[in-house]
Amino acid sequence: MRGFGCNRLCAMSHPERPASGPTGSLTAPPASQGKSGESLTAFAARHGLTQSAARPSLGLYLTRLWGRRHFIWMFASSKSKAMYTSSRLGQLWQVLTPILNAGVYFLIFGLLLGAKEGIPDYVPWLVTGVFLFSFTQRSVTSGAKSVGTNLSLIRALHFPRATLPLAYTVVEFQQAMVALAVLFAIVMAFGVMPALTWLLIIPIVALQLLFNMGIGLIVARLGAFTRDISQLIPFITRTWLYASGVIFSVASLHDRSDFIKENPWISDVLEINPGYVYIELARQALLPPYVAQTDPQVAATNPGTLWAYAVVWAVVVLVGGFYWFYRAEERYGRG
Amino acid sequence: MGRALEVAEKEQARHVPPPVVIDTTRQPIVVVDDLHIKYKVYGTVREKGTGASALGRILRGRSRPQMTEIHAVRGVSFVAYKGDAIGVIGTNGSGKSTLLKAVAGLLPPAAGGVYTDGQPSLLGVGAALMRDLTGERNIILGCLAMGLTPEETKEKYPEIVQFAGLRKGFIKYPMSTYSSGMGARLRFAIASARTHDVLLIDEALATGDAKFRRRSKRKIEQMRKNAGAVFLVAHQLDVVAETCNRVLWLDEGQIVMDGSPEEVIAAYTEAINK
Repeated sequence: MRGFGCNRLCAMSHPERPASGPTGSLTAPPASQGKSGESLTAFAARHGLTQSAARPSLGLYLTRLWGRRHFIWMFASSKSKAMYTSSRLGQLWQVLTPILNAGVYFLIFGLLLGAKEGIPDYVPWLVTGVFLFSFTQRSVTSGAKSVGTNLSLIRALHFPRATLPLAYTVVEFQQAMVALAVLFAIVMAFGVMPALTWLLIIPIVALQLLFNMGIGLIVARLGAFTRDISQLIPFITRTWLYASGVIFSVASLHDRSDFIKENPWISDVLEINPGYVYIELARQALLPPYVAQTDPQVAATNPGTLWAYAVVWAVVVLVGGFYWFYRAEERYGRG
Repeated sequence: MGRALEVAEKEQARHVPPPVVIDTTRQPIVVVDDLHIKYKVYGTVREKGTGASALGRILRGRSRPQMTEIHAVRGVSFVAYKGDAIGVIGTNGSGKSTLLKAVAGLLPPAAGGVYTDGQPSLLGVGAALMRDLTGERNIILGCLAMGLTPEETKEKYPEIVQFAGLRKGFIKYPMSTYSSGMGARLRFAIASARTHDVLLIDEALATGDAKFRRRSKRKIEQMRKNAGAVFLVAHQLDVVAETCNRVLWLDEGQIVMDGSPEEVIAAYTEAINK
């Protein structure tokens, strides 16, 4: 039916197709007539031809995506490499950017606005928050553009499109690895001794990576069809930053804000939010003094619950985001 | 603007493309049935790009003018058979490249369908390459982008370097330092490192010197033997005449003529010289 279900324009342009007559036919292959009345679609089906723009099954899609893992990694490291080629300090910016970022927040909030009250080791605490949050923040920002900026690639080659948002998250992951090394150095410079709990940072960042991949896939689909999303994202991520206890502890918001005092459910919601969950876990792992010195009354949700949230967020967002992205697979080329 | 477009569409519609003749003695490999392709283009603004005019437009409930929809292919039908080498000719903007991309399954059809035996692939890896990186790294990146495994990439690497024929040492320089001819040679060399079921070539031969053109013609010949069918978009009619056994002439997204190279090229040459 498909061949006939066409719009006004094609109905006018050749009404009697495919019952083709010799009149006006310029083709002259030594041809015999096809079965009369048979549509091209039926003809194609009879010869076992398949539609080339069709979306593969989920299993096949996953297999193909897995086959592209080397490309994802190569694409990501090439992007990281190419990102700073035009600047004089080159790759050094990978380290400088997060440090400068943390410096700004320290200056404004730590020194001028006194956010550090009640938090022992404020600098390491702040830097941990800023570095981990920016991993998620940057994944969202670049994920939203991952399809739109690569339309020419999408229109030139076959590959599972989920490759692109995933590769962009991997770019951010590679940057986050550099930032983590800097983070360890800063934390030690402020007198926190390495402890065994530091090893927990591995599963924490791994879970955060899965979560970021999921959210990257979600914003990639949103951004692919609604470009306006990337204009909105800076505002969303900034709100998210303040709401996730990156600069102020979520617990201290309870004391500061009358609004939260009246609506205590807000701080519950803030403590479930993934931005907070991964940061809080990382702080508890990296800064034993933070855990020890914080008043248990004010202290956050207990670690067991936090870990549960971390796993649930990672799995649900990744699986849901992946499936949702996959559903529009064949439409990404249209832009 | 809307009215002008409608008028233009009506004029389009008056043109009747040649009917498709099915050859039952040959094995079809690509069937294109009444294909329509539309895509959106961002950033072509006719009105003044001020916030006030945008607000007014939104209030009046009009759609975004920055997003122009282009109806690039308007009801194309044809059948390609195993062993065909089909040249696609037409003026700039006639929908040739769009048609190729649709056959490759890279642009979703707005109406109609493309049916193929096996996976058609476009000989266009350029989009995956990064100008700021070395030729060396780009070869690996390009091969992986086409779906080769790291082992296959390693195996093909020397062949690609040799075929690209870059001047000594250039493979270690960023691609941004290459001349356009060198870049095109490297891209073609990477793209042709894979075997294809249906091969779609878009202006790959337009750049490069005479020596490279000869070499790439041989390569295409060889790929055509391995592939089921080859499509070639080119502006150089002599290349089309030499390489193809059949030619599609496209104009304004519709087929004007489908036939032997001599016949179609003659008619086309006459039409554009008018």
